[in-house]
Amino acid sequence: MDLLANLALGFETVLTPTNLLYCFVGCLLGTLVGVLPGIGPTATIAMLLPITFTFEPVTALIMLAGIYYGAQYGGSTTAILINLPGESSSAVTAIDGYQMARQGRAGPALATAALGSFFAGTVSTLVLAVAAPPLARAALNFGAPEYFSLIVLGLLASIALAHGSILKALGMIVIGLLLGMVGQDIYTGTPRFTFGFFELYSGINFVSVAVGVFGVAEILRNLEHETTREVLVRKVSNLWLSREDFRRIVAPVVRGTVLGSILGILPGGGHVLSSFASYSLEKRSSSRPEEFGTGAIEGVAGPESANNAGAQTSFIPMLTLGIPAHPVMALMIGAFIIQGITPGPNVIRDEPALFWGIIVSMWVGNLMLVMLNLPLIGVWVRLLTIPYRVLFPAIIAFACIGTYSISLNAFDVYAIVVFGILGYVLIKFGCEPAPLLLGFVLGPLLEEHLRRAMILSRGDPMIFLERPISAALLACAVAAVLVAVLPAVRKRRDEVFVEED
Amino acid sequence: MQHRKSVRDILSGLIFIGIAFAFGYAATGYERGTALRMGPGYFPLVLAGVLGVIGLAVVIRGLLAREEEPPLERVPLRGIILLLGAIAFFGMTVRGLGLVPALFLTATASALASRNNSLLRALLIAAALTFLCTLIFIVGLGVPLASFGPWLRF
Repeated sequence: MDLLANLALGFETVLTPTNLLYCFVGCLLGTLVGVLPGIGPTATIAMLLPITFTFEPVTALIMLAGIYYGAQYGGSTTAILINLPGESSSAVTAIDGYQMARQGRAGPALATAALGSFFAGTVSTLVLAVAAPPLARAALNFGAPEYFSLIVLGLLASIALAHGSILKALGMIVIGLLLGMVGQDIYTGTPRFTFGFFELYSGINFVSVAVGVFGVAEILRNLEHETTREVLVRKVSNLWLSREDFRRIVAPVVRGTVLGSILGILPGGGHVLSSFASYSLEKRSSSRPEEFGTGAIEGVAGPESANNAGAQTSFIPMLTLGIPAHPVMALMIGAFIIQGITPGPNVIRDEPALFWGIIVSMWVGNLMLVMLNLPLIGVWVRLLTIPYRVLFPAIIAFACIGTYSISLNAFDVYAIVVFGILGYVLIKFGCEPAPLLLGFVLGPLLEEHLRRAMILSRGDPMIFLERPISAALLACAVAAVLVAVLPAVRKRRDEVFVEED
Repeated sequence: MQHRKSVRDILSGLIFIGIAFAFGYAATGYERGTALRMGPGYFPLVLAGVLGVIGLAVVIRGLLAREEEPPLERVPLRGIILLLGAIAFFGMTVRGLGLVPALFLTATASALASRNNSLLRALLIAAALTFLCTLIFIVGLGVPLASFGPWLRF
């Protein structure tokens, strides 16, 4: 069977000492940034991207992927123990998880989160392995018009799934697209928007953009109101689930996994949406809905499984189409490009060891995470006592060195300052930074495919509607926006996200 | 119904319009081309136009806002200046001073951005960070950076 042979190839790739080590390092770092509030996987991966330059491609990507899903695990620890989500996707876990911790049931809550995540990670990695090859094969037939429409769909769907003002999110996408235009034009070589800076000929460095708007801007926001964190539980004991607990979490974990696997594929942070969706699903289908909010174990099991499943399946569009579903995936694409590999449907054929190695590493990483999270919980609890005032200078230091070491160019460091202040101002005025980064990464691709498609059609824009796949993709894009602005859905959407604010 | 302007919407809309103008103006300097053979200026000009319209819509919505919004949070001016200054300083001096002194000063300044850090604590944090980063980046990862740069050699 093909699948088995492919997975065997993946295991062969992963089970080398170097790759195992970096998979572990990635998971460890991921858990660390997941546990620590105030620094997320996006900023971390952006900062570490430059140092992976020297690694083998597969090693680099295994580590970066580990940071991403590791953060999903770590975020739940913080949510349960201090009622502060380490990651946005674990915001709902805080609702019931923290209540469980207050009742002295932090152990079972953490165990539920870890076991649920592990189950979800295993299943969704399989989904990824099964679904990716046919999708990549289909994508090989895509021409310029299809890619253009696909990117439009990706960008617009990411707004529909985000929360906050749709108009502003649209604006942020366009700003991102415009920033992506900076640099030499691919067809004529004309330098655009470079203002005479030679450093801008190859475009704005996207590590600078990511570090600026996700790292520095976030720190500036936090400096607005400095608070100290209270750690409720200093010692966690009794990590075992009772038979009764175990019986109660099985169904929520399975439902959360299914929901997360499906929603994770959607662009725009499907893993965040899936944890919220799973929580409301569990609350509605429970025979004891009144327990939710007061420490229901189902309220931890469902969302935690959903967000981890979503985190894994959000690799599908990136690995098969080369289209990022959210900022972290955009950075992964950057990692591919740094390594000299063009992400897209060809990766699976040209670099099978890389492709299957990444997939298998996710399962191995999930296994490592369970072991990291449960026995080492004491270490993570202690980490939570690190005050923010010590943490953020460290983030700045890593950001500076990381960005500078990409090409030993001070210009990239100055760019952080510019994007830090731009990001801070825009976030302060209620604009989300994620669409900007997506637009920035997809901008050059969007323009290239648009221009290619127009040459193909001799200047007739109807080509996007005449080709069936392209038309269907555009229809989905329009539907996504329409659905998001419809009053009824808007209300539901606000309800789903209300707990996050 | 009482009308309350949304400061956030108006200001973000104005920023959108400003960015649209800057890019739109610069884009007119590049060859536009035709829809069939788009020149380097075509797509940016379209995007700038779209952004301008979105910006205008956001401003109008801000002027017509009905819901009261919470007041804007205090701007941590001292933090912003220290933090951004520290990053720019790093860019300017890392080649000349070398990683150790440049990072030490950068870390000290950024630690001082928080009101909860005293000068002594900031120096301690900076010393620890400099040690750690030198160990990780220069010793561990072999990033080609001098610990002490040419400005400090006599």
